[in-house]
Amino acid sequence: MSSSSNTIETFANQEYKWGFVTDIAADTIPRGLSEDVVRLISAKKNEPEWLLEWRLKAFRHWQTMTEPTWANVHYPKIDYQDIIYYSSPKAKKDGPKSLDDVDPELLKTYEKLGIPLQERAILAGVAVDAVFDSVSVATTFKAKLKDMGIIFGSFSEAVQEHPELVRKYLGSVVPTSDNFFAALNSAVFSDGSFCYVPKGVRCPMELSTYFRINAKDTGQFERTLIVADEGAYVSYLEGCTAPMRDTNQLHAAVVELVALDNAQIKYSTVQNWYPGDKEGKGGIYNFVTKRGACRGVNSKISWTQVETGSAITWKYPSCLLIGDNSVGEFYSVALTNNYQQADTGTKMIHIGKNTTSTIVSKGISAGHGQNTYRGGVKILKSATGARNYSQCDSMLLGDQCGAHTFPYLEVKNTSSQVEHEASTSKIGEDQIFYCRQRGISTEDAVSMIVHGFCKEVFKELPMEFAVEAQKLLGVSLEGSVG
Amino acid sequence: MSLLEIKDLHAKVGEREILRGIDLTINPGEVHAIMGPNGSGKSTLAQVLAGRELYVVTSGEVIYEGQDLLAMSPEDRARAGIFLAFQYPVEIPGVSNMYFLKAALNTVRKSRGIEELDAFDFLSLVKEKMKLMEMDQTLLNRPVNTGFSGGEKKRNEIFQMAVLEPRLAILDETDSGLDIDALRTVAGGVNALRDPERSMIVVTHYQRLLNYIVPDFVHVLSEGRIVKSGGKELALELEESGYSGFEDEEEAVGKV
Repeated sequence: MSSSSNTIETFANQEYKWGFVTDIAADTIPRGLSEDVVRLISAKKNEPEWLLEWRLKAFRHWQTMTEPTWANVHYPKIDYQDIIYYSSPKAKKDGPKSLDDVDPELLKTYEKLGIPLQERAILAGVAVDAVFDSVSVATTFKAKLKDMGIIFGSFSEAVQEHPELVRKYLGSVVPTSDNFFAALNSAVFSDGSFCYVPKGVRCPMELSTYFRINAKDTGQFERTLIVADEGAYVSYLEGCTAPMRDTNQLHAAVVELVALDNAQIKYSTVQNWYPGDKEGKGGIYNFVTKRGACRGVNSKISWTQVETGSAITWKYPSCLLIGDNSVGEFYSVALTNNYQQADTGTKMIHIGKNTTSTIVSKGISAGHGQNTYRGGVKILKSATGARNYSQCDSMLLGDQCGAHTFPYLEVKNTSSQVEHEASTSKIGEDQIFYCRQRGISTEDAVSMIVHGFCKEVFKELPMEFAVEAQKLLGVSLEGSVG
Repeated sequence: MSLLEIKDLHAKVGEREILRGIDLTINPGEVHAIMGPNGSGKSTLAQVLAGRELYVVTSGEVIYEGQDLLAMSPEDRARAGIFLAFQYPVEIPGVSNMYFLKAALNTVRKSRGIEELDAFDFLSLVKEKMKLMEMDQTLLNRPVNTGFSGGEKKRNEIFQMAVLEPRLAILDETDSGLDIDALRTVAGGVNALRDPERSMIVVTHYQRLLNYIVPDFVHVLSEGRIVKSGGKELALELEESGYSGFEDEEEAVGKV
């Protein structure tokens, strides 16, 4: 009857824009997982013996583990033998040496995604490492960064060129036995990004990785490792998309960050994996382990995430605050629409003296979406003078969705200070009408209200990303009010 | 030509018919007061004119500036110059009053082909209008109506009206919840906005407001119909006798 419900229809029917499939020759191994598959992956990547051993250890441990069930998400049992663990675009001989060697089809894909893969994108000030299915395809600005001593590129390359660094830090924040999905990742990870910023260097541009799952029935298991040496600074962005498929695909990544004395790492994610259709069919299972260690004094790690995609998100970017005066931050916007489910939050472990952490979580639920914040703040006996501030806000659009909050607090000394605030609000038909009566359209009203709600998180994102995130949120949301 | 013409308007919410044949003509510059007991349909009329979808118009028509008002979306009505001062202004957390009003004003301007105001011009316009409403400037930076007192909310509505400069303002129980000082300020703001080109519909339960905003016409609404119309003295009459007489009259009409 009303124009507003028409608008809502239009937006609800909006297609996932990133759902195309690239027709490209791929080197894909058979389905299933065994020691042989682990060996095969390692061999394909020409890895040193120690890394194969590391993988096998992880695999053997994984076999003894059971999939966690404590998260507030529901999905049919995953058949781990029905997944393809390695797929890569067929490369000419030894893989691309420069952008000219990259398959033009692939470049077209990245162009569609709007990634500035060409060097001319220097204007955009973003260096991109692009991971397509399992393999890192091209890294821009490599030479420029190299001049400053910054190592940025694919994980596989780092294994070949900087084995000592990889060996020193790999698994040092997220051990192979950490959890079911981290163990799986450790066994079969295929590629990812590696970044090392040397002492005293401030990385002058945003570093960025773009992940894309293209091949069917493929799992993506990338591994990212970022090390900021003493006094270094780096800001890192991560974006993700996948084609629309009616089967679920598994994405189990591990990200490890290490910040030494006075170093700072800012890690921002805009996660837009395919969320499934309106009936909840298909979509990515995003089961990710992200953790940063503030090892040095005065070090700082900030996680900022905007999670709008995936059928299921299971993700807790955390900080180990080991160095005295170190700082951990977590800023999150998680949106669930249609039948999406998210169980996400953070863990802040205070170990050093006078460590501080800030948690700002904004959950938005629409349609039949279920959104859970799960956060842990642990202050150990050694962490005298530690402080934490947590704020968890939930917003509901419509009456079919749900918001849940599970904050866990564990304080073991008396000199610490912990604050927690939480709120739940609802975008009401009355708010929308109020805006429309002032001349503002329904879609602008929704976006205005939601942006108001997410403001504190968006301001933490690098400029270009903030704009992108706002648009994405708009597309993911509109059509959910009624 | 009249600004607004309501003909035999019927509207329901759910299965309940609330407006049962309203006829009303408003000319440019006129101020019409709509009075009546609780549940008589006063607020429903205000909401129907603004386009609230909760209410379904079952028959009748409304012509605004020669156009079929009922065919227009709420935002198009607003852009065409219809302003509703809400009885219960809505809170929008996280969105500053200033940002909201600028978005509203610029949408309205854009739809009329007038250039949008930049932040500087907007600020000077707003400052001028704030003086009119004796409003505290800090309210501009606070989220829309969030944590405002009842009086601040009502004042904020009239302030928005002053900025948006509508052709037809509908004031829905703007006096409710105001003490006498706040009432005077709000009424002062409304009076300052009276203009030969601007019409107003003032919906109120009490005569009190009409001491400050003196109407050209008063209509008494009862059970979804206008049962009596007159000049400003009709309001005083109501003050004396209450609404009971009209409910009787309404019943009597029903029996004829």
